[in-house]
Amino acid sequence: MVKFYDREFNSRLLIGSALYPSPTIMQAAIRASRADIVTVSVRRESAGGKTGHAFWSLIRELDVAVLPNTAGCRSVREAVTTAKLARELFGTPWIKLEVIADDDTLQPDVVGLVEAASILTRDGFQVFPYCTEDLGVAMRLVDAGCRVVMPWAAPIGSAKGIINRDALKLMRDRLGDITLVVDAGLGAPSHAAEALELGYDAVLLNTAIAKAAEPVAMAKAFRLGVEAGRAAFEAGLMEARDFASPSTPVVGIPFWHAAP
Amino acid sequence: MRVIVNGEQREIASSRVDALLGELEYEGTHFAIALNYNVLPRSQWLRTRLKSGDEIEIITPRQGG
Repeated sequence: MVKFYDREFNSRLLIGSALYPSPTIMQAAIRASRADIVTVSVRRESAGGKTGHAFWSLIRELDVAVLPNTAGCRSVREAVTTAKLARELFGTPWIKLEVIADDDTLQPDVVGLVEAASILTRDGFQVFPYCTEDLGVAMRLVDAGCRVVMPWAAPIGSAKGIINRDALKLMRDRLGDITLVVDAGLGAPSHAAEALELGYDAVLLNTAIAKAAEPVAMAKAFRLGVEAGRAAFEAGLMEARDFASPSTPVVGIPFWHAAP
Repeated sequence: MRVIVNGEQREIASSRVDALLGELEYEGTHFAIALNYNVLPRSQWLRTRLKSGDEIEIITPRQGG
């Protein structure tokens, strides 16, 4: 079981609801992932539009917990207001907090992020901040009241996998009692497995599943990767070492002779 | 009067938020509204008066990562 604030869940895979080829494939992929938590966003509804209603009906059929995001927000004010709108709309204190510094790289604005997290926590929100792998920033987010921290593996949608393994490992070591989620930049089930092997509590995925040739099959592949990574972490991985060490017994090797 | 709805200038006849939704032909209940960057709870839509220059955001659930 994995804990997000006061709620416990079986699945360690959080899945996004965007970029799928069709609503039907989105639903099937989310089901195949067996995720318990699905991220959604809030956007302007055009006059008379029923876009939001149609989408929301599909999500409600899935019987999952909803994690709204503040994707695209460029300032603390936008992020805080968007979070409050999401709370009003979805009736949840959860918010995946994104404050973006730059549209081209989607690099998190970590200064604005800490400020927004502090404001929202004081207002009763349970914040899931999307941040970089910087330990100092993660510590300030914890100071601000976050019990979940979500560092990126690599930039959003890049599919590069974990590009700063040492920093993520350090964050896991230093923030032992915080629920840590690798969010963004994962491209393959092996990347997700690596995050879980490092002791991360969960991963959050969207593009790697939605943009696969077969999203439903890829959702299952990621589920298995996450399960394998967690099982490996719980089993206790051996330490890497610099030299070879034979696995086959060295005593009784045929034709062996003592050095003359 | 002129207000801004979802970033666009609009000339509206309604003086209250719930009437504005009707005027702009919004249907259903799956909206949240911010008035001048403050969330307006559904319970206040009926009695909240609009004034010229107000900025209204009408938002709805959408796909997200």
